[in-house]
Amino acid sequence: MLAKRIIPCLDVTDGRVVKGVNFIDLIDAGDPVEIAKKYNDQGADELTFLDITASSDNRGLIIDIIERVAEQVFIPLTVGGGVREINDIRTLLNAGADKVSINTAAIHNPSLVSQASQKFGSQCIVVAIDAKKMNNHWEVFTHGGRNPTGINAVSWAKEMVNRGAGELLITSMDRDGTKSGFDNDLNSSISSEVDVPIIASGGVGNLDDLVNGILKGKADAVLAASIFHFGEFTIEEAKKHMRENFIEVR
Amino acid sequence: MIAIVDYGMGNLRSVYNAFRKVSPNLKVCVTSDQKIIQSADRIVFPGQGAMPDCVRELANRNLTETIINAAKNKPFLGICIGLQMLNDFSEEGGVSGLGIIPGQVRKFKTKNHFNKVPHMGWNEVYRKKNHFMWNGINNNERFYFVHSYFVQLKDQSLSAAETIYEHPFCCAVSKDNIFAVQFHPEKSSLAGLQLLKNFTRWSI
Repeated sequence: MLAKRIIPCLDVTDGRVVKGVNFIDLIDAGDPVEIAKKYNDQGADELTFLDITASSDNRGLIIDIIERVAEQVFIPLTVGGGVREINDIRTLLNAGADKVSINTAAIHNPSLVSQASQKFGSQCIVVAIDAKKMNNHWEVFTHGGRNPTGINAVSWAKEMVNRGAGELLITSMDRDGTKSGFDNDLNSSISSEVDVPIIASGGVGNLDDLVNGILKGKADAVLAASIFHFGEFTIEEAKKHMRENFIEVR
Repeated sequence: MIAIVDYGMGNLRSVYNAFRKVSPNLKVCVTSDQKIIQSADRIVFPGQGAMPDCVRELANRNLTETIINAAKNKPFLGICIGLQMLNDFSEEGGVSGLGIIPGQVRKFKTKNHFNKVPHMGWNEVYRKKNHFMWNGINNNERFYFVHSYFVQLKDQSLSAAETIYEHPFCCAVSKDNIFAVQFHPEKSSLAGLQLLKNFTRWSI
């Protein structure tokens, strides 16, 4: 049976992995290659790198990181953050990324998703959707939840899949950083409307949250950062807990 | 020398990296040069994206015949679309394949968005026959898949392994000097690396 995936997310800036709460008070968490290897050894199913470099001067560093990780870690690698045009995608794939995640650029220019999936194949195009609850629906936001777009998240998800997204990464801006669990209503609303796999993100505080993300949120994969970075839980512990809850894991 | 055939479809760096990892002393070329492919001891035939594009790009580089010939007599490893291309025909775009393996390529059908397409992630590979390529790999081992189409063989005896998604499907084909897999060994951690290592040592 196909296993549900656990994906640790590494925030990267200026060539280093950092950890912090809501991108404030960033602490150096170490060398990206070493951390990637550690998660790989613990049984991570994929790795996601989020480039949070603010200045465009240092954007090239993510390329160097992906090249170095791809030489030593043989599981799928996704890279997101600051992807604006076809050439950004090509550069990341050539460096060794298997998938590239597009967020804000998809909203400014939805045809980027169509072009990218035609050029490189849907399998490597992930669309990241940041959503916030508004009354009885969810709205897509950009810039870390600061800018509303007026777009309904569920219809946006469907449009992105129609344009060729091979996977969706759904982050609840209400839950991100709160450790109160995924927004499972949001995730299941999208999962039951699209054919492609969805990754739940934002809000994991304990291992039950991962279980609920699969069982209640109908996600195909769960992404978490802080519970793994701060050493609260290992990937092995997360998988053991999921297995105890009858979720198929690797 | 191992030639990884580059016909412009997808990133071959991870395949290259994986061979460097398992056999640091072996010469590995990522190439679209007919002569290098002809003189290589072993051929890796990958593929990514849509099969109609792969068929077209292979032809644009005048490599179709080169691949058909290479598949006749030396260790030949197909990966993902590289497996699908060996078949007669694909539902994807209604194109003909290379006709090396009798079979068809069909699309997964999803019911009520339950089983997602693409079939993406780590799934179990159930062995249908013993083969040198499985050395050191457990039966039922998980490998990493990402694909929306699967191979339906005419001759079931060519199936080296099956995986279940919606229904059982053939995920590895073996015929004489050919071994071809639907999953991505270069992204399948230790088991995948073991399979690639076996390929570097497989003598036919």
